[in-house]
Amino acid sequence: MSRWVDAIAALAILAACTTAFAQDRFPGIGRNATPQEVAAWDIDVRPDFKGLPPGSGSVARGQQVWDGKCASCHGVFGESNQVFHPLIGGTTKEDIAAGRVANLKRQDYPARTTMMKLPTLSTLWDYINRAMPWNQPKSLSVEEVYAVTAYMLHLADIVPADFTLSDRNVREVQQRLPNRNGMSTDHAMWPGPGLSGRAKPDVQASACMKDCPVEPKVTSMLPDHARNAHGNLAEQNRAIGPQRGVDTAGARAVAALKPAPAHAGAALAQQNNCTACHAANQRLVGPSWSEIAAKHAGRTDYLAARIKAGGSGVWGAIPMPPQALAEADARRIADWLAAGAK
Amino acid sequence: MEPGRLRKAPESFIDRDGVATVFAEAKHGRRDFIRGAFAAAAAGLALPTARSQPAVPAEGDPNILKLPEHATGLGQPVVTDGYGKPSKWETNVQRRRSPGLTQTTQASVSFAPLQSLFGIVTPSGLHFERHHQGWWDIDPSKHRFMVNGLVKNAKVFTMDELMRLPSVSRFHFIECGANTGMEWGNVAVPTVQYTHGMLSCSEFTGVPLITLLEMAGADLKKGRFALAEGADGSSMTRTIPMNLVTSGEVLVAYGQNGEMLRPENGYPLRLVVPGVQGVSWVKYLRRVEVGDQPWSTKDESVHYVDLMPDGTHRQYTSIQECKSVVTTPSGGQLLLDKGFYTISGLAWSGRGKVKRVDVSVDGGRNWRTARLQEPVMSKCLTRFSLDWVWDGKPAIIQSRAMDETGYVQPGYRQLRAVRGTRSIYHNNAIQSWLVEESGEVKNVQVG
Repeated sequence: MSRWVDAIAALAILAACTTAFAQDRFPGIGRNATPQEVAAWDIDVRPDFKGLPPGSGSVARGQQVWDGKCASCHGVFGESNQVFHPLIGGTTKEDIAAGRVANLKRQDYPARTTMMKLPTLSTLWDYINRAMPWNQPKSLSVEEVYAVTAYMLHLADIVPADFTLSDRNVREVQQRLPNRNGMSTDHAMWPGPGLSGRAKPDVQASACMKDCPVEPKVTSMLPDHARNAHGNLAEQNRAIGPQRGVDTAGARAVAALKPAPAHAGAALAQQNNCTACHAANQRLVGPSWSEIAAKHAGRTDYLAARIKAGGSGVWGAIPMPPQALAEADARRIADWLAAGAK
Repeated sequence: MEPGRLRKAPESFIDRDGVATVFAEAKHGRRDFIRGAFAAAAAGLALPTARSQPAVPAEGDPNILKLPEHATGLGQPVVTDGYGKPSKWETNVQRRRSPGLTQTTQASVSFAPLQSLFGIVTPSGLHFERHHQGWWDIDPSKHRFMVNGLVKNAKVFTMDELMRLPSVSRFHFIECGANTGMEWGNVAVPTVQYTHGMLSCSEFTGVPLITLLEMAGADLKKGRFALAEGADGSSMTRTIPMNLVTSGEVLVAYGQNGEMLRPENGYPLRLVVPGVQGVSWVKYLRRVEVGDQPWSTKDESVHYVDLMPDGTHRQYTSIQECKSVVTTPSGGQLLLDKGFYTISGLAWSGRGKVKRVDVSVDGGRNWRTARLQEPVMSKCLTRFSLDWVWDGKPAIIQSRAMDETGYVQPGYRQLRAVRGTRSIYHNNAIQSWLVEESGEVKNVQVG
């Protein structure tokens, strides 16, 4: 028996040595992080709320932040203006009680909102804190993150209008999330142990070689009118080799995919994330470049001022926030728009 | 991928009536549907327009008889371009967006042109892109990598230091978990670029993550999970399985195909998690935290979760299961003539090496085993090929891969029986290409 103990002890020492060895093996490489450095980057919040900074924010404050910084992309009520997928909707009182979203079972339910899927409150707080607003991530204060989170929870009828979310009541709110019981890790697609540990794949197929019991009948193909939906396929295949791309343009040719912007203003519009809300010929959150160009042809001064100051009411109810870019850049974009946005 | 967008794509390409028709056909299983499709193909379209052997005058081919300029003149000097570009004849070979898939260009995806690639390595400039909040070209002298969490000492490394450490170079595929996601319910896109193009393969060079964790004195007994975090606006986070870290497979990589990573692929540092979906290969990697439970981050609780028919979402689905696709001939192409062709394609598995690939040209009734091009590497693309003489009649070409664990790539029927049609992620079904009598190849699904 003592031989076993010795052997185990020897192994333990060996393991310890290996680790110590790794720590000393590469002298001069790496240094200890300072506590301030770790604090600056270690911003993640786990499902058990480890990492959540103390603080609070009210639904009312959240609405202010939302209208100013979130609604332009996500819609006044989280319905998202068809730009991003909708955040709120599809959940019921019964879901809050059960912790399962009934609409997720429905084949015909048109969309899956964030609130229908969200299993953990930490996720919402963490993501808003690290990545929102989209074009100014990490700019919200701790209070604002709590407040926006509270406002979203209120839009989904999870908390009342006079609610204040804080590090002290997050656990209770977690127990009201509509899809808190909707996740499963019982699958074989996580390598190794740690989650369910299941090893056998869920889908089993056979490698039949001859006279296999299948009926080779076509059940789905693109309709003819969609032939050119991805542009002319002749231009998307090499012009030499065993085959060519099919010429799908024909007489019904549609505009080719947009070429890279040539004008400095166009490039600046892209660099400054204007394209998050505006596209060439299609309305996203705001009007298309071509619409603006048509309406305000030649009005560089007006457009430059609008870019800097923001505004609302000209193209619809959704406000455009003031843009924090250099005066000269705003003018160049305005110039490009005033000249037709080509 | 944004689920709303992915689900939207098919509907935007097939109108309401079209969808109804297709599903009705599927439901009633009309035997004559394929015959109908074949007949329409035979009747409606002219013969292939291009031929690989053009008509030759009696005296011979003028391309031989009349010497061209490049045989009789002086060519261009060295270093005409300090970084060489593809031939001007190759401009059709581009990565492309799928129209209607995403509404913004910064939270979007571009697809690699698999139909035009040879072998297994994706040229870096054609590597598929997936950004959540736009891409950056980060100054490597200011980039830092931190290890913290369940470690003895949290550590900081510069790029200079990381590149001084012993490195390994390995070939691996990277596939987005949503690759082929548009096709769960029905055919939605025309070519292999759009059905399978969120797939690339490179030689990655970097330091095994385990080395860096050990340097920090990580507690690998308690620390069963690692969190990887990016330095960009989205600061992407994913929980990484410690099993793949301790096996030495997970790399903190700076090299891609002999040069530094491309900015669109995470310059100067990204995580390489072999066999696992692309979202876990965090770009602009700034931090790895060791922890004792998973993090349920946005991209593992709201996105990249697989919806099952009972309304449950599978969370932390990571492994890309065995899959293959024929890339030539493939959807949207036109065969030049009857006669000999090489059917060629790609196979891969997130669980190891590809063991065998079978190819069918009759819609899955009979199969022949394809040749595998060496080298066959673990969690890497494998190129397969099979000789085929096209008799000019309609054919349905498919490939079916098997990996070293014995797992066989399923058909749509088998996959949907378990996972339904709303999973978005991890569609590894057998792909079918219909070759019509005209030589045109179309994306189809067979029952």
